[in-house]
Amino acid sequence: MDTKKREKIFDVCNYTLMTLIVLVCAAPFVYVFSLSLSSTRAVLSREVFFWPVEFDLVSYQNVLSDPTLMPALWVSVKATVLHTAIAMCLTILTAYPLAQKRLKGHRVIMLMIMFTMFFSGGIIPDYILVNSLGLTNNIWGIILPCGINTFNVIILRTYFMNSIPSGIQEAALIDGSNDFMTLVRIVLPLSKPVLATVALFYAVARWNGFQDAKFFINKQELYTLPQKINMIINSSQLSSQTAMNNPQLAEQRTAAEGIKAASIIFTTIPIMLVYPWLQKYFVHGVMIGAIKE
Amino acid sequence: MQQSLHKKRGFGYYLKRDWILYAMLVLPVAYYIIFKYIPMYGVVIAFKNYSVFKGVLGSEWVGLKYFKAIFSMDEFYRVFRNTLMLNVVDLCFSFPAPVILAIMLSEMKSVAYKRVSQTIVYLPYFISWVVIGGITLQMFSPESGLVNIIIRRLGGDSIPFITEKWHWLFTYCAIGVWQSAGWNSILFIAAIAGINQELYEAATVDGAGRFQKIWHITLPGIRPTIIMMLILRMGSLVNIGFERPYVIGNTMVREFSDVISTYVYRVGLESSNFSMATAVGLFQSVTGMVLLLITNAIANWGDGSGIF
Repeated sequence: MDTKKREKIFDVCNYTLMTLIVLVCAAPFVYVFSLSLSSTRAVLSREVFFWPVEFDLVSYQNVLSDPTLMPALWVSVKATVLHTAIAMCLTILTAYPLAQKRLKGHRVIMLMIMFTMFFSGGIIPDYILVNSLGLTNNIWGIILPCGINTFNVIILRTYFMNSIPSGIQEAALIDGSNDFMTLVRIVLPLSKPVLATVALFYAVARWNGFQDAKFFINKQELYTLPQKINMIINSSQLSSQTAMNNPQLAEQRTAAEGIKAASIIFTTIPIMLVYPWLQKYFVHGVMIGAIKE
Repeated sequence: MQQSLHKKRGFGYYLKRDWILYAMLVLPVAYYIIFKYIPMYGVVIAFKNYSVFKGVLGSEWVGLKYFKAIFSMDEFYRVFRNTLMLNVVDLCFSFPAPVILAIMLSEMKSVAYKRVSQTIVYLPYFISWVVIGGITLQMFSPESGLVNIIIRRLGGDSIPFITEKWHWLFTYCAIGVWQSAGWNSILFIAAIAGINQELYEAATVDGAGRFQKIWHITLPGIRPTIIMMLILRMGSLVNIGFERPYVIGNTMVREFSDVISTYVYRVGLESSNFSMATAVGLFQSVTGMVLLLITNAIANWGDGSGIF
């Protein structure tokens, strides 16, 4: 009886604590979402908490009427699609041959690839290279240099090695199929979940990526969505310093508060919409990547 | 000699047999050479007086001039100290958090509740740092941040979460935990799921409570995972990304928020002092390498649980 009681107390505490953690995780999103849907007046008088006050789409109208937002969205969409497609091709082309133990030299190439995970040229040599290839202020500058992620190669290679029965591949080879046909007709169709996982990793990384865009792109018309959002956030921060003693400016800035919120939600919505359905794929990827050879 | 004639085939044979596989590797190898190994060679400009017009190869050698320069700069020590400090403090909070979270999740019996919780706690990991930077301002800024609005409503004074350096350090860590704890718990959850259930049953028969089971079965069961993750984290204590300190930091807390990556960006890309910035970056890469090898060696020497 006593132990049952103790068990019960433990469960109650555990569930309560977990609920709190979940609420803390979600609270910032809910708050920003409420801000973005509230009237400027309500935002200004700090009445908004976790529910929109005086429902108003004015912030979204402001964000969407910004003439530089749509081009930024377009750059991000284009970069994400192209990057994901190219990176997937390259990653498959890397992982599949390196998963074949019979391939002479696969160890050396694997070593050469793994080494780049632990040592890299760094920010400046990367920049000099990208610049000398003419890829600065060029959408390809945020597509090609990050073209293969070694961690994703390892995920895919591990999967090819451990989860595709080698008997099937050997049988195909004996039947006269070559490696390319085996890859396209047999291995890839059997690897759909892991391919989805890796593609998602690439897409999310590109959609969210800010560092390389900031380093390589400084023409405003080529800004990606994160760069644009960063600009919106910083501009309202800047005005907060100049607006200290100026009520009119202060009001403008609070309007900016709503705009900031709306632009945050605008960027995050695509992730929020797809993420819950695709979560299992992400988790899948982490598990495969963690298998120690 | 004769034996090798029989057994050892020339590379030409393998090339002919597996030419399709080699052909597949042409583009990836080209990628790694161009985008990874050429920049690796590019670090030589840390020992050169880099000029945009002369290029990496044409610029003249200056030996250790830039290393001497950075080692005599207070700013360099400051960014190095900040990098270490942010990483160490961050490690103290964001390393145990996912372990605790994983244990809590694993102790839940309701599958539905567990699933919903997981979905929500993983979510922040998929949000761009730029967006997190914006959310940080809206949550913590001294005047319009939600937390301070609530504090003022309750009659307190605003807390300078992002404008005073020590408070900022706390905010930086809190945001790190919020962003990564859920995601990082995945591996620990998997490790816990792999523990033999009979151990728990036996412990129950012996009258062990939940905490005792966690302490004597769960934690020892996930020890290898914990050690592996710890090595990786320890090994990257001098490495710091650019985005997080950049978006959470601001000019008022620069004394703490200025780290190697932001410094390299400022010196190199904003002030075009390429050689100097590369020297700082190279110093970081080399110390990072050494640190990783040391932690790994310690782990191997301890109980053979190193990662390579």
